[in-house]
Amino acid sequence: MPVVQIRERAVHVDDEGFLSRPEEWDEDLAKALAEQIGITLTDRHWEVLRFLRADYAERGQTPTTRRVDVVGGVPVKEQFALFPRKPGRKMAYVAGLPKPHGCV
Amino acid sequence: MKHLLILGGGTAGTMVANRLLHRLRVERDFWRLTVVDRDDRHLYQPGLLTVPFGAATPDQLVRSRRRYLEPGVELVLGEVEGVDPARGRVHLEDGRVLPYDYLVVASGTSPRPDQTPGMAGDQWRRRVHEFYTPDGAVALHRRLERWLGGRVVVHVTEMPIKCPVAPLEFTFLLDDALRRGGLRAGTELTYVTPLDGAFTQPVARERLGGMLDARGVRVRTDFVVDRVDDGRLVSVDDREVPFDLLVTVPVNLGADFVARSGMGDELQDVPVDPGTLMSRAHPGVFAVGDATDVPTSKAGSVAHFEADVFADNLVSYDRGRPMTRLYDGHANCFVESGRGRALLLDFGYDAEPLPGRYPLPVVGPLSLLAETRANHWAKAATQRLYWNVLLHGRPVPIPSRAPRREPAATRAAA
Ligand SMILES: Cc1cc2nc3c(=O)[nH]c(=O)nc-3n(C[C@H](O)[C@H](O)[C@H](O)COP(=O)(O)OP(=O)(O)OC[C@H]3O[C@@H](n4cnc5c(N)ncnc54)[C@H](O)[C@@H]3O)c2cc1C
Repeated sequence: MPVVQIRERAVHVDDEGFLSRPEEWDEDLAKALAEQIGITLTDRHWEVLRFLRADYAERGQTPTTRRVDVVGGVPVKEQFALFPRKPGRKMAYVAGLPKPHGCV
Repeated sequence: MKHLLILGGGTAGTMVANRLLHRLRVERDFWRLTVVDRDDRHLYQPGLLTVPFGAATPDQLVRSRRRYLEPGVELVLGEVEGVDPARGRVHLEDGRVLPYDYLVVASGTSPRPDQTPGMAGDQWRRRVHEFYTPDGAVALHRRLERWLGGRVVVHVTEMPIKCPVAPLEFTFLLDDALRRGGLRAGTELTYVTPLDGAFTQPVARERLGGMLDARGVRVRTDFVVDRVDDGRLVSVDDREVPFDLLVTVPVNLGADFVARSGMGDELQDVPVDPGTLMSRAHPGVFAVGDATDVPTSKAGSVAHFEADVFADNLVSYDRGRPMTRLYDGHANCFVESGRGRALLLDFGYDAEPLPGRYPLPVVGPLSLLAETRANHWAKAATQRLYWNVLLHGRPVPIPSRAPRREPAATRAAA
């Protein structure tokens, strides 16, 4: 697993840059990760990220955009506004979770 | 005497019932096995893909469920209304109550156009079509017979869907049919998907994406539909794709009774342990086939591999022993690519589809991820294999484990 430096911190990531050890994540790191993809975190972003973290801790799988909508209460359209173009991937990236499973 | 109740007598429910019956006979165990389904019409769903092109009619794809359940398995006809897992009972719509010791949810997943605004409106089955149901496939056939040219959009609303390659196969077959009919030049074909490529797994995505390019099909990716307006698809981020004919795969949802019984996730799938297929919330309740949330394809081949491990595990569980035969996500799918050829994909939870050979007995090894005639004939033969061999739940000499692959790094180096 590659190790990269993000703001003087060494973290483990996969081939595509997603954190491969979710326990290395904290809120400071989230800010840095968000910045890297051009997002400034607002309260609403934090609500989404906390839902993702809690849901992952419970189920061991990165929630899908539908799950963030139905269970987390943030409509898909709003997810697109918060994390433009590819919300599923971007939310997982900033929350320090594995890339959402492709659901083949 | 133990009573196992299976909800759904489609591919997975039938295979599990028959497989378990053989297994229990060997052990001389006497259980009561009951399958519940709403009707006695078992549909060979993969055949639906050929209906829009006039190669089959739905009647040719339907047979009696009862006939394919081994003698000794009871079939109850009725609509499941709900499950009461705390009491171990299933309620049918007509008021009957069926108690159980173990429950298997095998009620599949279905297309739900009502879930997308504008999709099931007045254009439904006129300009907006689907081929996942017999009626839909027939209506689409009628429409294609009258097709003279224009914009066709093939569309996947949301993943996961059963048979994730079916919309791609439909596109390849349509391209082929239009060419043969001299209508391809006057038809603009666009493939619209919520994924970031033609398929999810990287190697297959490249191969299948390349096949769309080679056929002159435009691909619109990352398209999450918000609504279907008159003659156009509109995404949540306000992109638009106009069409004269939309062939969509609507959102696939598990049975409504799963949701009503509080056993489902956001897609009405039953959350289960991916290895044992036992419900995470209700011990003694299992799910198999399309009704689960396991992260592999929703496919008949998956039901087959799951049935393999399920019977052994249930017997172990009943005897208070650990369930040791873990399902590894193994799936394989043939992909019809038109011109009498097909590809074969073979993968599992941790193994993406890769090129190579697949050791199918009798027919001989098949090429993985390559378009060949042998694959097409093998796919064409699966319907016979399905009715005559696979549904009976006897062991078939094909590998039930997913392929083991070297890690990506070594592969790239080779
Ligand atoms: C167009 C198309 C092409 C496909 N091609 C392939 C392919 O090439 N290869 C492949 O492996 N797979 C293919 N599949 C997928 C395959 O058909 C399914 O994955 C498979 O049928 C799943 O089996 P199942 O038993 O889980 O669900 P199903 O076979 O759908 O069975 C579910 C059963 O539950 C019953 N049921 C549901 N709710 C209730 C209720 N409330 N009360 C009573 N009964 C109920 C239904 O009547 C049904 O009989 C294709 C599917 C489609 C639509």
